[in-house]
Amino acid sequence: MTRSVTYAQFVAKTTDDRYIAALTSFLCQAADDELVMGHRESEWLGMAPEIEEDVAFGSISQDEVGHAVYYYNLVSGLTGEPVELLAYERPHDVRRNAVLVERGNGDWAYTVVRHFFYDEFDHLRLTALTHSSYEPLRQGAAKMLREEYYHRLHAQTWFTRLAQAGGEAKERIERAIATQWPDLPELFMFGEAEQDLLANGIISLSGREVREAWFENVSRVMRGAGLIVPPAPWLGEQNGGSEARAVHTDALKELLGTLSEVYDLDKTAVW
Amino acid sequence: MMKRVQEEALAPEVERALYDVFDPEIPALSIMDLGMVRSVTSADGHALVQLMPTFMGCPALSIIRRNVIDRVLAVEGVTSADVEFVYDEPWTTERMTETAKVRLREFGIAPPACGLLQMNSLTAECPYCRSSHTRLDSLFGPTACRSVFYCEDCHQPFEAMKPV
Repeated sequence: MTRSVTYAQFVAKTTDDRYIAALTSFLCQAADDELVMGHRESEWLGMAPEIEEDVAFGSISQDEVGHAVYYYNLVSGLTGEPVELLAYERPHDVRRNAVLVERGNGDWAYTVVRHFFYDEFDHLRLTALTHSSYEPLRQGAAKMLREEYYHRLHAQTWFTRLAQAGGEAKERIERAIATQWPDLPELFMFGEAEQDLLANGIISLSGREVREAWFENVSRVMRGAGLIVPPAPWLGEQNGGSEARAVHTDALKELLGTLSEVYDLDKTAVW
Repeated sequence: MMKRVQEEALAPEVERALYDVFDPEIPALSIMDLGMVRSVTSADGHALVQLMPTFMGCPALSIIRRNVIDRVLAVEGVTSADVEFVYDEPWTTERMTETAKVRLREFGIAPPACGLLQMNSLTAECPYCRSSHTRLDSLFGPTACRSVFYCEDCHQPFEAMKPV
């Protein structure tokens, strides 16, 4: 027999408003990251340099959007807002995805580098949720990690292959790394709710701990691929906790416009 | 008394009916063979089927939900039916039955060689000639759960279910 706690029961059990606020804030970050990343990946359909990559990004995008739906469902259970509203109607300035994932796809090297950087981060974030005090998050993370195994394998394979190929491929990879490096610190910022997230056992690692582990893993792969690892991008930086993930670019505005184009035609349509 | 006996027999009856509900993406497999069914309960003619999604973003989930409800409502004694997707334990390819593996192979898809956590490298046995002399062509395939391989012996490309 299974034991499952419905969100309503969970909310009833959890009277602490701060817990709910921290949880909701974190869930929105994860949901927005996955939705925006998944949308960017879907933009390679019909455009990728090889048919296998069309297929790969088709699957990866589907997985990421599926994860976003899972997170939005949890938010919906906590706040009562419909999932469609959370995904399609929230304006760009209240979104909480990192700027890194909203940037345009650029060239293939930019996409491969971002896919690698983001998936290594997502793997660590999910791992830090596998003992979460919030049961649906713990369960979802266990499932997502199994799917993400293939995303990481795909990203690491391409990243290493292009870097080791030398010539233009390596140059483009190096350029993409340099371009994305300043965008990285924000990825690891959980915002003002971080202390509550840790104190309540919602997540088991701080943003700082996640980024240290990330840097170690990424550096190892980069060195193995014959790349020079620049100094960590957050060295000498102030920790902008409250501003984290709150400022966006026009790229996100445009992306959300495209994403909700069909939805906006008829918001009450049933599919 | 009679009514109570019928009520107790309802859940197993519903479970049997679920062998008729097939995966829309792999029509050779029932959701029972796939190991997607977590539990079946019934009370007062209402049947509740808990399903474990194979992949979180699987577009077939809403179709499966509808097909389960339609099939369960056709079971005598069932007056209402519902489907709930649960994650209390992740679905893995190890939940697939031996029947599922045989049917997959007959369908032209190699079953997973082992579980994800036991996997050293992604390998698959050719579903046509059973050769192990195969190579991975594409990690991703026509659906999220499949990869594409090539058989070096019978020179056939084939799909394999990813260990998850």
